[in-house]
Amino acid sequence: MIDFTEEQIQRYSRHILLKDVGVEGQEKIMQAKVLVVGAGGLGAPVSLYLAAAGIGTIGVVDADVVDLSNLQRQVIHFTKDVGRPKVESAKEKIQAINPEVKVNTYYEFLDSSNALDIIKEYDFIVDGTDNFPVKFLINDACVMAGKPFSHGGILRFNGQTFTHLPGTACYRCMFKEPPPTGAVPTCSQAGVLGAIAGMLGTIQAAETLKYFTGIGELLTNRLLTFDAKTMLFRTVHVKQRETCAICGNAPTIHHLIDYEQATCDLKNH
Amino acid sequence: MAKITVNGEVQEVSLPLSLTELIKQNDVQQPDMVSVQVNDDFVDRTEWDGLQIKEGDSVDFLYFMGGGSL
Repeated sequence: MIDFTEEQIQRYSRHILLKDVGVEGQEKIMQAKVLVVGAGGLGAPVSLYLAAAGIGTIGVVDADVVDLSNLQRQVIHFTKDVGRPKVESAKEKIQAINPEVKVNTYYEFLDSSNALDIIKEYDFIVDGTDNFPVKFLINDACVMAGKPFSHGGILRFNGQTFTHLPGTACYRCMFKEPPPTGAVPTCSQAGVLGAIAGMLGTIQAAETLKYFTGIGELLTNRLLTFDAKTMLFRTVHVKQRETCAICGNAPTIHHLIDYEQATCDLKNH
Repeated sequence: MAKITVNGEVQEVSLPLSLTELIKQNDVQQPDMVSVQVNDDFVDRTEWDGLQIKEGDSVDFLYFMGGGSL
């Protein structure tokens, strides 16, 4: 049992007031370790809300530096940060919001060589990445390691997310393998309304907090999609696929795969 | 005419109708990229031609959505 300081009781009072959270729930949040992969459009709101909520340890993985074109939606990075590693910029903001949070930074790409090693240190993983190869890598690594994670994707005016716990539908149950390079546009190719990143990222942050506090029903076996043009939200029930190559009855994937990264982005078009 | 549900919305279709034809009717973009569930079960691409739609079926098209970081 943590002995809360006066300052902590004040800082987290709006959580503690919630019957479903209370002191016990806040304590669970403060002991939690969350890995955020990608310090971009989704990773920004996720990291900011998790820091504010008092998550004990936040790991941030990103190999990029802040670009001026990021600032339209990646609200954790400021104009002064252009050119800095995103993980460094993110760490600074997380600690400015809440100095109690321990931040681990990984200034590298997540790939088959490091994914399992990094993931094993955390209780919950948030996918805030921008490309399919890494989305499949995170899925496979989490399924192999038995870790829960939140999947998130955004494009133009749309968002899509689900939460995976061991034994529930995974990304590969829904989509067997990454689309061929260039077949499906990513944000950097097709654009995205900045606030969509906030909408989807805060859903992922809420799912993370629900996971640790045990509140309500997670988005497991359900794929939530929304279209901000109409503001219609829809959840599609999805079932674990018995023939899934990673989580099915007879998995055929035994090692992590580095799929080819999309090589084209806005700069080349 | 038969009533079915596609992506949560009721549609009237004339039978017989295969899943492949339904996908065509719904102007699904990049059909080779879409994941399809019929009555909450994923249907493999190889079975689309042979799957006949029935009255009351619920069909969902799931699309890839990337993006987030860059």
